[in-house]
Amino acid sequence: MKTINRDSLIQTVRNMVIQAATILNPLVIQKLKDAEKQETSSLAKNVLKSICDNAAIAKNDNIPMCQDTGVAVFFLHIGNELFFPYSLYEAIQEGTRQGYLDGYLRKSVVAHPLERINTKDNTPAIIHTELAMGDTLDICFAAKGAGSENMSRLTMLTPADGEKGVKDFVLETIRLAGGKPCPPIIVGIGIGGNFEKCAYLAKTALMRPLDDEAANPIDRRLENELLEAINALGIGPMAFGGKTTCLQVKVNSYPCHIASLPVAVNIQCHAARETHVILKGEDL
Amino acid sequence: MRHLQTPIDEATRLALRVGEEVMLSGIIYTARDQAHKRLVESLNKQEPLPFQFAGQVVYYTGPTPAKLGHPIGSCGPTSSYRMDPYSIILMNAGLKIMIGKGNRSEEFRRSLIQTKSVYLVAVGGIGALLSKTVKTAKLIAYPDLQSEAVVEFEVENFPVIVATDSVGNDLFDRSN
Repeated sequence: MKTINRDSLIQTVRNMVIQAATILNPLVIQKLKDAEKQETSSLAKNVLKSICDNAAIAKNDNIPMCQDTGVAVFFLHIGNELFFPYSLYEAIQEGTRQGYLDGYLRKSVVAHPLERINTKDNTPAIIHTELAMGDTLDICFAAKGAGSENMSRLTMLTPADGEKGVKDFVLETIRLAGGKPCPPIIVGIGIGGNFEKCAYLAKTALMRPLDDEAANPIDRRLENELLEAINALGIGPMAFGGKTTCLQVKVNSYPCHIASLPVAVNIQCHAARETHVILKGEDL
Repeated sequence: MRHLQTPIDEATRLALRVGEEVMLSGIIYTARDQAHKRLVESLNKQEPLPFQFAGQVVYYTGPTPAKLGHPIGSCGPTSSYRMDPYSIILMNAGLKIMIGKGNRSEEFRRSLIQTKSVYLVAVGGIGALLSKTVKTAKLIAYPDLQSEAVVEFEVENFPVIVATDSVGNDLFDRSN
């Protein structure tokens, strides 16, 4: 039986939150730079250059790359050999609170969706947990802004709608979103499962490394075909027109009911703020 | 590249054309969802507004807190469409220039044309870079709204693009 020290977990979460807000993933920066070379219009080129300049300023000055420092979302994979003599959820919330306060990040959470009173420390975070084998706690963090999250959609198609139905829904979602989710975007797609599983598939698709490919050959083909189809829409950076609407498409699928074909599209803006840490358990 | 000083007079505003890149300097006022709601409530109750609309510019942003020695934190534009129902009322009350990001409703565009207003966009997700153009920031209304309070920014060369000009030409029309 092993454990993870509560204080070091809180410190880790705090640092993950601040790092995600200030340091853009180098893989995203590389894709933006490659895209800048592809674009022909000066407006599109300027947008992509500004985004890269902004990433450098945020990193050097240790300030958030975007003012929407998001809702804190955690994906935990908890090793079955770990024991926590404290509330793991409460510790994650405390790390979130410290990160948003110490990092001068925006507090963007209201306590009730209709009453809309700010919680003033950006808690509660949204925490998803899955069990895993081993003695490690795997933590993925995403700071999910509302600009892109608000443009995400889910639909329950019928089996007859098939692949064409899936593609049409994805493209319709991107067209409706236009410039609102701050393109160039990353698109996470969930296919299958049921209503809530499908949304979770789409979100976890966004958490995959930017340069990986789906394990399933159908999903992999869809990733490539949809990337091409989305960029053919011509929406471009900030919807000013251009070739770069989407940097990457990620598809995750899951078995589903004989009558169902759920599809979820979760959009991520170019400020793809994610951090990933694996903590190893220590002897109790 | 055109350089403009705020407040912006009518002739200058009407001469702006879609797609034009502009550097703004002078005072602009931040206001987003909750501040818009309150501005409209004040108008309905005929209460005084935190600032006069004539010639002024409203910027849809909710900045991150300022670090010591900085006037403001990260402060890029937020999506404008959420302000559409309020903006129509504010344009009728004399607000003519707004900065945000993304496309807006047909109703908004119709009101914009009627009131000869102008919609400008800044690049979204570059709040760190845009914060460098803010020289001073002064809280002027609704402090309880935190990041959604109305703040007076003094900006120098704040980069924007004309998204919808006063006759309704729209940057986001794919036919343009």
